[in-house]
Amino acid sequence: MNTALSHPLTRPALALYGVNVPSRLLLGTALYPSPKVMADAVKAAAAGVVTVSVRRETARANSGAGFFELIRGLNVRVMPNTAGCRTPREAIATAHMARELFGTDWVKLEVIGNDDTLQPDLFGLVEAARALVADGFKVFPYTTEDLIAAERLRQAGCEVLMPWAAPIGTGRGLANPYALRSLRTYFPDTPLIIDAGIGAPSHAAAAMEMGFDAVLLNTAVARAADPVRMAAAFRAAIEAGRSAFEAGLMEMRDTATPSTPVAGTPFFGLDRS
Amino acid sequence: MELKVFVNGEPTLTSAATLAELVAQFGFAEAGVATALNGDFVPRTARQARRLVGDDQVEIVSPRQGG
Repeated sequence: MNTALSHPLTRPALALYGVNVPSRLLLGTALYPSPKVMADAVKAAAAGVVTVSVRRETARANSGAGFFELIRGLNVRVMPNTAGCRTPREAIATAHMARELFGTDWVKLEVIGNDDTLQPDLFGLVEAARALVADGFKVFPYTTEDLIAAERLRQAGCEVLMPWAAPIGTGRGLANPYALRSLRTYFPDTPLIIDAGIGAPSHAAAAMEMGFDAVLLNTAVARAADPVRMAAAFRAAIEAGRSAFEAGLMEMRDTATPSTPVAGTPFFGLDRS
Repeated sequence: MELKVFVNGEPTLTSAATLAELVAQFGFAEAGVATALNGDFVPRTARQARRLVGDDQVEIVSPRQGG
């Protein structure tokens, strides 16, 4: 075995739309106690991508400028989202505004169908994805584990899919591991990023062990008592999960099997009663 | 002649004739914001040509934190 290849820093990188991303952890920039904590968490996570957004500018404040300066200083690839959009039309206009502001054609496409679950409107998602791909965007759709929606998104031109683990901000982990495993099996060559619902590093590790290509999370780090330390914990978990997947996990069994050799066991054959 | 338009949902009286003038009147840096008019994106380069009419719905956005 070539040990150099197995080192996290030299292992084949994650390729998204032909771009090598240096880490399998994608981190959101919202909900942190301060901009400094956010910046420190991004560094501790060694995030490969950070997600950002656009919001209404408030009365003559130019409040977006400071945030963008901070993000630029992190030297990490940026992916704007269309969070909060409820129709394809809103999402398309928002994606265009974000592309102009952030200077990237990458977009995390969200078309939200339900205010309580924040689950994607899969029909609107496919419609918006098709339009944005035609406009030259590299679309990263926030979707569910639904196989047919995934098919339609691939047909619409999405080269990467981002199925949820659980609803945004719930921290419940992989709510439907069976369906996620099916999705992974069904799309062996499409980069699949678990986006939303991750609450603990163990959830992220489980997703990586299943063979998902990366994890995108925000709240679990930003709302931790110590976000910077939690960012480092997620980094370690995702690296561990990926290494485990590449190493090949053992099959689960229903019956116990001794790991210590049975042959030569002392007192074997003696009456132990 | 003042015109009533909606800027980020707020009714606003403005003397601006174009979207570019409106952005400038608000004091926003030209490249620091992106705009939409009546639900459609208006690129920075098209703002000058875009004349405002009464009850236009203008969105002016800037970079922000996101998940």
